[in-house]
Amino acid sequence: MSGPTTPDAATPGQGADLPAALSEEALAAALEQAQVAFAAAADLEALKAARLAHVDKGAIAGARREIGALPPAAKAEAGKRVGAALDAVRAAYTAREEALQAARDERILVQERVDVTMPTGRRPLGSRHPIELTQERLVDIFVGMGWEVAEGPEVESEWMNFDALNLGKDHPARQMQDTFFVDPPDGGLVLRTQTSPIQIRTMLTREPPIYVVAPGKVFRTDDLDATHTPVFHQIELLAVDKGLTMGHLRGAIDHFVRAMFGDVKTRVRASYFPFTEPSMETDFQCFVCRGADDSCRLCGGSGWIELGGSGMVNRKVLTACGIDPDVYTGFAFGFGIERALQLRNGVSDMRDMVEGDVRFSGQFGMAV
Amino acid sequence: MRVPLSWLGELVDLAPGARGAEVAASLVSVGLEEEALHGGDITGPLVVGRVLTFEEQIQKNGKPIRFCTVDVGHHGQRVTDGIPQEIVCGATNFEVGDLVVVVLPGAVLPGGFAISARKTYGRVSNGMICAEDELGLGEDHTGIIVLRDYLGEAAVAGVAPGDDALALLGLGEQVLELNITPDRGYCFSMRGIAREYWHSQGSPAGAFRDPGVVPSNPPANLDGYAVHLTDATPIDGSPGCDRYVARIVRGIDPSAPSPGWMRSRLTQAGMRPISLAVDVTNYVMLLVGQPLHAFDLDTLSGSIKVRRARAGERLTTLDGVDRELSPEDLLITDGGQIPLALAGVMGGATSEVTESTTNVLVEAAHFDPVTIARTSRRHRLVSEASKRFERGVDPRVADDAAQLAVDLLVEFGGGTVDPGVTDVDTTSSRTAYPLDVTLPGRLVGVDYSRDKVVQILTDLGCTVEDPGVAPLEVVFVTPPSWRPDLVDGPDYAEEVARVDGYDRIPSILPTPTDGRGLTHAQLVRRIVANALVGRGYTEVLSYPFVSADFGDILGMTADDPRRSAVRLANPLSDQAPLMRTSVLDTLLDSLRRNISRGQRDVALFELGMVTRPLPGASHTAPVPGVDRRPDDATIASIDAAVPSQPRHAAVVLTGDADRAGWWGAGRAADWTDALDAVRTVAGALAVPVAVSAGDAAPWHPGRCAAITLADGTLVGYAGELHPKVLDRLGLPARTCAAELDIDVLTTASAEPTRLKGFSTQPVALTDVALTLAEDVAAGDLQSVLREAAGEFVEWVTLFDVYRGEQVGADKKSMAFRLAFRAPDRTLTTDEVSGFRDAAVAAAAARFGAVQR
Repeated sequence: MSGPTTPDAATPGQGADLPAALSEEALAAALEQAQVAFAAAADLEALKAARLAHVDKGAIAGARREIGALPPAAKAEAGKRVGAALDAVRAAYTAREEALQAARDERILVQERVDVTMPTGRRPLGSRHPIELTQERLVDIFVGMGWEVAEGPEVESEWMNFDALNLGKDHPARQMQDTFFVDPPDGGLVLRTQTSPIQIRTMLTREPPIYVVAPGKVFRTDDLDATHTPVFHQIELLAVDKGLTMGHLRGAIDHFVRAMFGDVKTRVRASYFPFTEPSMETDFQCFVCRGADDSCRLCGGSGWIELGGSGMVNRKVLTACGIDPDVYTGFAFGFGIERALQLRNGVSDMRDMVEGDVRFSGQFGMAV
Repeated sequence: MRVPLSWLGELVDLAPGARGAEVAASLVSVGLEEEALHGGDITGPLVVGRVLTFEEQIQKNGKPIRFCTVDVGHHGQRVTDGIPQEIVCGATNFEVGDLVVVVLPGAVLPGGFAISARKTYGRVSNGMICAEDELGLGEDHTGIIVLRDYLGEAAVAGVAPGDDALALLGLGEQVLELNITPDRGYCFSMRGIAREYWHSQGSPAGAFRDPGVVPSNPPANLDGYAVHLTDATPIDGSPGCDRYVARIVRGIDPSAPSPGWMRSRLTQAGMRPISLAVDVTNYVMLLVGQPLHAFDLDTLSGSIKVRRARAGERLTTLDGVDRELSPEDLLITDGGQIPLALAGVMGGATSEVTESTTNVLVEAAHFDPVTIARTSRRHRLVSEASKRFERGVDPRVADDAAQLAVDLLVEFGGGTVDPGVTDVDTTSSRTAYPLDVTLPGRLVGVDYSRDKVVQILTDLGCTVEDPGVAPLEVVFVTPPSWRPDLVDGPDYAEEVARVDGYDRIPSILPTPTDGRGLTHAQLVRRIVANALVGRGYTEVLSYPFVSADFGDILGMTADDPRRSAVRLANPLSDQAPLMRTSVLDTLLDSLRRNISRGQRDVALFELGMVTRPLPGASHTAPVPGVDRRPDDATIASIDAAVPSQPRHAAVVLTGDADRAGWWGAGRAADWTDALDAVRTVAGALAVPVAVSAGDAAPWHPGRCAAITLADGTLVGYAGELHPKVLDRLGLPARTCAAELDIDVLTTASAEPTRLKGFSTQPVALTDVALTLAEDVAAGDLQSVLREAAGEFVEWVTLFDVYRGEQVGADKKSMAFRLAFRAPDRTLTTDEVSGFRDAAVAAAAARFGAVQR
């Protein structure tokens, strides 16, 4: 280390006459010393000490202090020289500092490594019931096309559930449905056996054009087993407008099938339902084997899967709801939501859908 | 309806080479439903065998096994080894000497089940003695088929060991099973099915031979058996019986067997051969759809009177049940006095044809569908006859059917027919319907020509008159007598569409234009459900049925309005006859099931309807007519009778809310989690709710929060459940739950949320600790602090509670942090102190709180 030097008042002007500490050689030597010291600093702590010795103090700092005593003419040259030396030493410092910081950071990140395969989940996510999710999915297909969602009560009047749907007291079809009656049995109330009373409620309260989709819980007096449940879910379409034909009905069903099961064909055949005339039953092509597998477990090898009943709204039903059947026609289509779940998601046992075991719904999360 | 293919082929020309599958496809194409295809799938030796010996051994599993030798004629081991067939059999319902059905090695049974000689129970079984289900003949597997029981004594008279059992049982050919929809009563006959098949082939001329047209049928005369039709109380104006044909055949040999072909057809059709007279009536019914009844003439006194039953009258039907009759039941009576039969449903025991009957009266009548349906339902008695009558039988076929039966009884029973032919006929002819020929096209969406419409309807048996005058689109259509279901335009449209082919219906996507998306209420339910899922709750859908004592189990007070529940007249289980009045009622069952299946930490929710009848209200809904829209008052009274059914959401949780793991211990679920669920739901809907101490079943009285809207409307309750309730339900201690009325929250969130401004100035925080009496509610204290803290307070939160010697007995210290912010400037320390002091002063004045 060089000690403080006394400015030489007798030497104005030229560089050659500057004090030794300000000489090029001295500064170069000081810079080299500093660079060596920086390089030798093994960590940021040592580097800080080296900085103190070679930048904040030391030969270059000392040289800098001597500038003040120089004659004005020499100051510029000396200042420039010291400045250059300082820049160089600082650059060397910064470079070393960055290198050491990078090494330190890297080391810390390595030290902080965790085993990300450890289990997490202090608060696990819950899950929706796949029947509800399927229902929402079905509903959204139609809402996206401009249909609306209609709903109705589960404890329903017999008139809405049967009579208005052309299911009079003695109609054979009324025998096909095993109905829960509200006590007293002649009080005119039942647990709805189908979502169709929502059709009636809609037609009683809205003017055509009507395009609604009606999902809901329905009830039949079946005991719970692998294929039956007394409480299940249906979804139903009702359209009433001028000029609607079975072609429109088929179009709506085809769209629904494609949205739900992919690009598969449908076929239709005549059927019977009291609330529609003409009536129709629809099958769709098996979306697993497309008819190519004789032992397909989904379609049983037939290549077709039964979808559900539909038809043109019976004139009597329109009339009972105050809609002129000579002006408007309508169509209706019903489908079991449990069935959609069975088909799309491989749920084979109805009991799983009703028992509320968290391991059932948990598999679906919020998507079905 | 089971349709033997060979029988069908006698009535209508089947397409060349068509087997069961093709015939089924054709019938499906015109709207019949295929249920199953039976038979024709057994190959190889299936023979009659006679049991020669058996040796019974009880196996380790307690099951008896019989090692049998069976005479199978010139087959099997008799041929190869010169000994009778050795067969191991698990059934015990046979004796030595019985004729049975034996399937021999090399045969293949339905389902591809190949038979070979194989070792079973330690010995080689060379084939198998068959049960019904193994041959696809039925579901019965209680024992093997013993031919004497299965076919009847008479039928097995000429059968010998080694005979082909395929032919004997009618298994060699295919039988199609069809499901008949209620509108197609005429398809409950070979005649109807044959006609439908004919339509499926384009109704070619001459290809269908109608068995309902019987050339030998003589005209009626006045010499027949006396029959009187009366009906003092017709239902809906329709007389109970509008046609009654009676024919008499005398001198039938009671021991004469039915011909084999008839027995085999009956068997194929799913009916059991019994005796000639009974078999003939069943056969004719299957052929033309007309139920017939055979009376033993010698038990009758001279005349038949058809009338409604009298109150208190009784009849023992053929099934041996003594029935009390209703005045709505229609009776066939002997001379008006003695009930002989429940008309159209079942005969009575006294006039039954027996094994000694020689003189028979054959009844072929037409009964009112509604009368028969009601009687069948009332007596829970469904017969082959009632099934047909309630769906509608062709009223014009009765005399032909009777003649068919007479001819068969004469031919095979050696009887003589009486010349008297009774035919009391009060049926009226159908009126023509003015059909707009463009209607089928307009309804179906296919352009049917006028000629096409007329042609199809004519083929179907309709009479079509074309007046050729304006309006030119209209033709007059009279349906055939066997189609009571054809009434108005759409009925004919369906006929045209199905015969022309439903496959021609185009696919056109309808395009509604004014849909408004989901309603607010529908969105709310999705939001609530999804928010709870995010909070860790799993959705379940429980049955809404609860037990009669649910109110007691849940600890409800006697006057709790939730005790008023809708009761089912015919519940699935007497244990659960009521409809739930809260979702929690049934959600707790789901929790219990999960616990019993080994789950420990469970959080469930359900969103669904509850039924809330008004206590004491009578819920009786009017049932108006359907010929026009009921008036508004009637609709209103229907709606008023339907009980209120709000939608509720309930949550329940037990075990750890925060799970234990390698990170440390878990945190047990407690009442705060239940309230968090409530706040999650309310927060998701941006509805401010207030919490206060509540007291409602089934919650712990000290740990129950009542949730209200700002205006005081009750939303629901949350907290820990009552220990006694948990005990009664067998649920873990400290289980917590909440139930919310989603309809209330829907209304409360209906208006769009209006944004309130918020400041971007720096926040000033200050803490205050207050000592006060133990019974002051934190919520009340916080409200007072907040109210008194001035306009710039942004939030107030409780961050510590301390109890101990320093604060004294029955006291607690609560530490709050208050945050302040002005909209336009930084608040000074003095200002903030001033706000805090004001808040503390208010707490002191209201609750005697002292700042620590």
